[in-house]
Amino acid sequence: MNDRARNIKVMNRFDLTCRLVARLTQEEAVIGGIGNTNFDLWAAGQRPQNFYMLGSMGLACPIALGVALAQPQRRVFALEGDGSLLMQLGCLATIATLAPKNLAIIVMDNGIYQITGSQPTPARQADIVAIATGCGMANCHWAADEEDFERLVDLALAATGPVLIAARIDDKPGVGATRRDPAQIRERFMQGLGVRQPIGWTSPEGTVLPDGH
Amino acid sequence: MAAPPDAARSASPPSWHEIILQGFKRNAIDLVPYVPDRVLTPLIQSLHDDPFFTTFATAREEEAVGILAGAWMGGRRGALLMQTSGFATLPNVLASLVVPCQIPLIMVVSERGTLGEFNYGQSLVCRTMRPVLDALAMEHHTMTRFDELEFIVDRSIKQAVATQAAVALILSPLLTGGKLFA
Repeated sequence: MNDRARNIKVMNRFDLTCRLVARLTQEEAVIGGIGNTNFDLWAAGQRPQNFYMLGSMGLACPIALGVALAQPQRRVFALEGDGSLLMQLGCLATIATLAPKNLAIIVMDNGIYQITGSQPTPARQADIVAIATGCGMANCHWAADEEDFERLVDLALAATGPVLIAARIDDKPGVGATRRDPAQIRERFMQGLGVRQPIGWTSPEGTVLPDGH
Repeated sequence: MAAPPDAARSASPPSWHEIILQGFKRNAIDLVPYVPDRVLTPLIQSLHDDPFFTTFATAREEEAVGILAGAWMGGRRGALLMQTSGFATLPNVLASLVVPCQIPLIMVVSERGTLGEFNYGQSLVCRTMRPVLDALAMEHHTMTRFDELEFIVDRSIKQAVATQAAVALILSPLLTGGKLFA
């Protein structure tokens, strides 16, 4: 961890994830990156607007960007680990260039690949906020403590351009474990976004709607 | 009804890239990220020039796959443009996101590495493409002829959406002219 981040409180991923989810009142979409990031998202309370990744390390931000481009009226959060984001740093430049109004990135930074045995990442001297700022994202912040994290989430919920929030977290493992059923996760997410209705679903008028997508 | 603005256009057959652009439009594909390729340049330019499309470069092809997966789940259709070497970076995301989540990813691949390739690395990379597609049981078509292009593009997009399965549309140098040694 770099000098700039050294004074920042080390928080807990599950606690922060719960704080985030508690502030989502408008069916905001959340993309949970692989590993403990989405295990804690799962444990924080399953929502139809959550998408839980089970592979494709590093793609939480691009997937969230895609959702944001498809549904500009819905706010979209990417929850990503620092190791995952390192695999796809270029996406920060793409996001800065497209500047979607409805996208926020939350980086859970513990400096380790916790799920594989807590090996340190190669980025111990790097500053995620500085990297994102250098990519052209104007609204990037370290969360100083839990209260500051909540303030930044509120800022992201009202922002008119992409926001990145980085939080130093401890090395505690995830609290839950996502059910590994990718087809069901994807379908449920599409229903949560209003893109599809479940088979057999009947509209209030009594007609069964065709699959609209 | 007014005459076509450019009468000469109806006399000359449309170019391969016009056919693909119209195929996208007809199937409501309007989000087109790409990692560029010399052969794809006229298609990329015409997409940029048409306000129907949202088209932009990504840093990696894998990133564009993530964007298109998210867009599909959010109700928006798209396609990824890349060259053969770009496809070679994709097996992980295809096997761990696209296939298990049943994302109808439309890939347009400009084929480098064959029919006059001058870069040995490109020709070796090219040999990995179809085995990867076959290993994942992924639909793919190599487009060599103008008279089949519209049919293949249109039907393949419709099949991908209907079956929730990806497709790779490979643009052969026989269709595009490829990239010449310079």
